[in-house]
Amino acid sequence: MESPSNKILDEVTQGDYKYGFVTDIETEFAPIGLSEDTVRYISQKKNEPEFMLQFRLKAYRHWLTMSQPHWAHLNIEPIKFQDIIFYAAPKKKQELSSLDEVDPELLATFNKLGISLDEQKKLAGVAGVAVDAVIDSVSVKTTFSETLSKHGIIFCSFSEAVQNHPDLVKQYMGSVVPYTDNYFAALNSAVFSDGSFCFIPKGVRCPMELSTYFRINAANTGQFERTLIVAEEGAYVSYMEGCTAPQRDENQLHAAIVEIVAMKDAEVKYSTVQNWYPGDKNGLGGIYNFVTKRGICKGNNSKISWTQVETGSSITWKYPSCILLGDHSVGEFYSVAVTNNHQQADTGTKMMHLGKNTRSTIISKGISAGKSNNSYRGLVRISKNAVNSRNYSQCDSLLLGAKCGAHTWPYIQVDNKSSIVEHEATTSKISEDQLFYCQQRGISAESAIGLIVNGYAKEVLKQLPMEFAVEAQKLLSISLEGSVG
Amino acid sequence: MLLQIKNLHASINGKEILRGVNLEVNKGEVHAIMGPNGTGKSTLASVIAGREVFDVTAGEIRYNGKDLQKLSIEDRAREGIFLGFQYPVEIPGVSITNFMRTAVNEIRKFKGLDPLPGGEFLRLMEEKKRLVEITSNLTNRSVNEGFSGGEKKKNEIFQMAMLEPMLAILDETDSGLDIDALRIVANGVNKLRRPDNAFVVITHYQRLLDYIIPDFVHVLFEGKIVKSGGKELALELEEKGYDWIKKEQG
Ligand SMILES: Nc1ncnc2c1ncn2[C@@H]1O[C@H](COP(=O)(O)OP(=O)(O)O)[C@@H](O)[C@H]1O
Ligand SMILES: [Mg+2]
Repeated sequence: MESPSNKILDEVTQGDYKYGFVTDIETEFAPIGLSEDTVRYISQKKNEPEFMLQFRLKAYRHWLTMSQPHWAHLNIEPIKFQDIIFYAAPKKKQELSSLDEVDPELLATFNKLGISLDEQKKLAGVAGVAVDAVIDSVSVKTTFSETLSKHGIIFCSFSEAVQNHPDLVKQYMGSVVPYTDNYFAALNSAVFSDGSFCFIPKGVRCPMELSTYFRINAANTGQFERTLIVAEEGAYVSYMEGCTAPQRDENQLHAAIVEIVAMKDAEVKYSTVQNWYPGDKNGLGGIYNFVTKRGICKGNNSKISWTQVETGSSITWKYPSCILLGDHSVGEFYSVAVTNNHQQADTGTKMMHLGKNTRSTIISKGISAGKSNNSYRGLVRISKNAVNSRNYSQCDSLLLGAKCGAHTWPYIQVDNKSSIVEHEATTSKISEDQLFYCQQRGISAESAIGLIVNGYAKEVLKQLPMEFAVEAQKLLSISLEGSVG
Repeated sequence: MLLQIKNLHASINGKEILRGVNLEVNKGEVHAIMGPNGTGKSTLASVIAGREVFDVTAGEIRYNGKDLQKLSIEDRAREGIFLGFQYPVEIPGVSITNFMRTAVNEIRKFKGLDPLPGGEFLRLMEEKKRLVEITSNLTNRSVNEGFSGGEKKKNEIFQMAMLEPMLAILDETDSGLDIDALRIVANGVNKLRRPDNAFVVITHYQRLLDYIIPDFVHVLFEGKIVKSGGKELALELEEKGYDWIKKEQG
């Protein structure tokens, strides 16, 4: 017999996706399917210099020699690449007076998602957040670019960077994630359309949070964005990424690359709240989120910190990683991954210790509900030269209900004797005792689960910038919400 | 009448624990329930609060004229029933402040009131903390996590003070307390006594009843209230022990 708390959990964990609407905008598409012509089409649409086309073509040809990896604990329906549209861009309306002007329909879409692209509005607030808004394959607006440029900071769409700062793009693109890295990285390198570019010059502390909001709108299209962040010596930036997509019965592919370079004494904090459409209660539809994120701590004393709250997508395959090359460099990974219904997540990190006295911290909190599967996969590798290095890993799993799964695959390789690696792992459940205690205080089962889950994830949530933390807390509750019987 | 329990039978996993409990509590009264370990005192408290692992197989519980069996756990709480737990549960990562704000505002919502503004809520917290002599930053810590026995019990009384229930059931709030903590807990209860609320104090020991003077004392034995009387019954029990009851029940 099912216990009452299980019954509550079952019902509580059947919430609805709140961002599933579609905007009716005129969109320009690439011909369906993938070939060299598709790659050329995208490059031409973006009016790219020759080096970009060559980069894409090399990546495409390399991709053809590869096959989809199957090592993750995921059950993936074969992807029909010839049925996907690889480029979709909202058409610019003729009547708009300036090129900078954004279609009101798009502004409304982002407003509906809670993202303001109006700089005036933000100025009234305490701390501004600069936003790059990307819909399908193109960036539609980047706010505060001018304010930031006064500090020498470049914050623009990737396409603009290719046009205006080709040398920087040439220097850093593919330097952390080469196109040969993996199947989806090769695919992205061939067909990526847009994303954000951000460059913080030597000694500059970025005065505001930078963020990119990714929105998939068009049907049958893939989104392949690419983000590149470079922090020069002594620079600091905090960067946030958010994403949503309409509710559809077909799976949609999202294969992104994020590269971060941190030079001597630089620090980059990268936060993600991933809320792509997760599919319906029966596992129909949803986004395939196959992402390669990696940062390199190139200089001594540099630091890269990844924080992610993963609640969306039907399948997530994602391992934000750090290469700790500089001596005394620091890598951090803080993750909350929620899976519900039929969602699957295989996520974690790689910490590659190459420099001396390097340190890394991994805090992973998995929350599984419904019939979902949630895996942590991590690699901590301390090379022979990385003497006196340290890693601390903590991987916790919280199970809501009896039909979900949680798995932990921590791989550790230490090639010197002076380094220390610590690993802790726990698996727990929300107990009937905890629910009863909360409910006895007048708190509904639904709110109680929200409270308990947020408490469980607190160590990670507190790493998020203020602007994001509140949204993330709500999202955690919503992802598990529903009616209570 | 605030609470009326008639011929209440309850079981867990098919094992009958309560076997025909009768109890009536009026506003303004304090009742003490005593009895040996394992006779069903905590079960009775849990069943009144609506804990779902127990099956009510017969009888009824009326509260303010309402059939409690029809109300969810949280609605019973919102209607003014409070249970001070014998073993308070830990909720990692959730501060007492956050926990109480959620509780207070959900109860207010149920009553059609707006959420309490942040400033007012904090003032209320300070007032109630003084009442139970909580001086530390206990309320910033996670609910019951790493609390000493005394801190856990003070926290229960603090929460009771915050929620101002109509009917408070305190399940062995005194056990494991030193004499100072006992005095604080008892004082807290006495300050919250009003003509329009009532307390059911479950205890093992007479000593709490030196501080909280009950109007009635009941002895629960093997799932039934087998004896009721005034506060002198507690003294009698203290003197003679429960063996006397056991013999009487034969
Ligand atoms: N969750 C439970 N599962 C099984 N038996 C229980 C449970 N809770 C209480 N009981 C049983 O019910 C009886 C009464 O317990 P309880 O109400 O805690 O007694 P008291 O509070 O008077 O010491 C005991 O025999 C106890 O073992
Ligand atoms: Mg008990």
